[in-house]
Amino acid sequence: MWRFVLRTVLQRLLLLLLISIISHLVIHLAPGQPSEVDPMNPMMKAVDIARIRASFHLDDPFYLQYLHWMRDLVFGDLKSFRDGLPVLPKIWDRFLNSAPLFLLTTLIVWTASFPTGIHAALRRGSLYDRSTTLVAYTLISVPGFFLSYLLILFVVRTFHLPVIGQHTFGTEHAPLIVRFMDRIWHLAIPSIMAALTGIAVLSRYVRAQMLEVIDQDYVRTARAKGLDEDHVVYGHALRNALLPFVTMFGFLLPGLISGSVIFEQIFAWPGLGLLGYEAILARDFPMILTLNFMAAALTLFGILLSDILYAVVDPRIRLE
Amino acid sequence: MSGAEPQATPLLSIRGLRVDFATDAGSVPAVRGVDLDIGISETVALVGESGCGKSVTAMSVMRLLTGRISAGSIRFGNTELQSLSEPEMRRIRGAQIGMVFQEPMTSLNPVLTIGKQIEEVLTLHQRLTSSAARAHAVELLKRVGIPSAERRASQYPHELSGGMKQRVMIAMAISCRPKLLIADEPTTALDVTIQAQIMDLLGSLQQELGMAVLLITHDLGVVAHFAERVAVMYAGKIVEQGAVRDIFKRAAHPYTRALLAALPDPLRTAARLEAIPGRVPLPRMLPAGCAFCARCKHVFEPCPGVLPELFPIAPGHSAACFLHDPRRAPSNVPCQ
Repeated sequence: MWRFVLRTVLQRLLLLLLISIISHLVIHLAPGQPSEVDPMNPMMKAVDIARIRASFHLDDPFYLQYLHWMRDLVFGDLKSFRDGLPVLPKIWDRFLNSAPLFLLTTLIVWTASFPTGIHAALRRGSLYDRSTTLVAYTLISVPGFFLSYLLILFVVRTFHLPVIGQHTFGTEHAPLIVRFMDRIWHLAIPSIMAALTGIAVLSRYVRAQMLEVIDQDYVRTARAKGLDEDHVVYGHALRNALLPFVTMFGFLLPGLISGSVIFEQIFAWPGLGLLGYEAILARDFPMILTLNFMAAALTLFGILLSDILYAVVDPRIRLE
Repeated sequence: MSGAEPQATPLLSIRGLRVDFATDAGSVPAVRGVDLDIGISETVALVGESGCGKSVTAMSVMRLLTGRISAGSIRFGNTELQSLSEPEMRRIRGAQIGMVFQEPMTSLNPVLTIGKQIEEVLTLHQRLTSSAARAHAVELLKRVGIPSAERRASQYPHELSGGMKQRVMIAMAISCRPKLLIADEPTTALDVTIQAQIMDLLGSLQQELGMAVLLITHDLGVVAHFAERVAVMYAGKIVEQGAVRDIFKRAAHPYTRALLAALPDPLRTAARLEAIPGRVPLPRMLPAGCAFCARCKHVFEPCPGVLPELFPIAPGHSAACFLHDPRRAPSNVPCQ
């Protein structure tokens, strides 16, 4: 087990290095240069552009640019092309904003999907099953931003609550409880909206997985033992149905960075997704590359985590 | 050996059982009026080819069907199983009626240890504490012939061979000393050498526990060694039943005879095996009369139109064939 972990960690560090090189290549192949973000600006003269390019090392050979980036990343003095501020503290600030939204969304998705999916599978073809199917496909088909605007209208009109941003402007000196509730409201709507599509998709998976398992021979054996339906479903079937979801769990982590760009945009939530989106628009290479590097690292770490979890929950899998 | 006569008060008594499965093409009959008795401590083999309804009959006894029992009664002792509530039925499953399935590979839960899977039955039906259940589970594993049972009890199914898994299934099925054990093709998925061991194990357990066994199989060799009485099923009906020697020596129904003729005979290796011409009719395209008539050498005027009842041939031996109807039989009865 420990040998497996050590070996995979080393392999994945190598892979991470390759990913960072490839993402450098991709970003340099992409049209648009950091020095051309504002070409219509009459103040921008050829000399200025040359100066910008020089200070960003944009005219250096590719491998040198890569090494510069790697050195700055390791020593923590990467600077944004956009405003010259250090990249890592900026990412950390945005991470603190993104984390609660991400955690709450994930929590809602996973707690709501399982009961929904399991009950739909157990009552296959029932009114419940057919109506959840309809709702799920509707949620998958209707764009999230459209539903979000509807919900914003509804919440603002019905409860007279502002739901944009992280807190209401001017409540800095309000009592603690008011600020707290304000914060909750600002968090609740975006996370519910971001969760809806997730619930729709994941509950479909749960239903399919449960249907797959419920007709297995060992479920029949459990019934033939005289176990009641709850024991059969939750003690025997569900444990097997859960196995594939361990894999999905590993892919959750990168969602922290890329997960909810749309919802952060709609709800003006200053999170990591929005940071990345703005960095791309500004051709802010250090920021894009660092976020990309972190997303890759999170993905690889998530896969390692699900490999280990898989071995924990499925006795047939041994990590060698 | 109690012989051919079913006992006065049978342990299990199935009367007029009909099971239908709902399909897109409408309701399809899988079992079409089965009568079957099993006496206390008696071994009855239910024989027939795939799809004839023998497993469906067994699953109806356990009430674990996906189809619907449309008619008939199933009495277990003095209880009508069909009228029991689901919680009452659960107290019978696993405790009074044990069941061993065809596929040991997939019948055990892959994520639970085999010890846990046996303990579960004991804590459920016998209210044993978990440590007592563990000890009992290890005893059961020893009884079914699993070496180093303590170690095996904490292993998972994938660490055991197919024969071992079937032994575990048997240990689970007999853990509460059931009065009836239903063995649904228990050896079909196993190697021939293992098959004999499993059948020997079932035989010795039956002697020891005094339980009745309903053995479902298509293997007539197993039947000859193991069963006391045999019921032959074809297309959802029992076409012949009798003591094992009646069936093997004086088979009366043309289908039973054809089945026996299709058995390989080690003394006549050169001869080609007899095959039954044609194929089993689809359940929704059955003729009004005898379902075997399209494949039968002896078919005559009443066969396609009238459903034959079971005509007595000898005490405890009967066959559903007009050849044995004393009123209808043609003069030249082709008999063995």
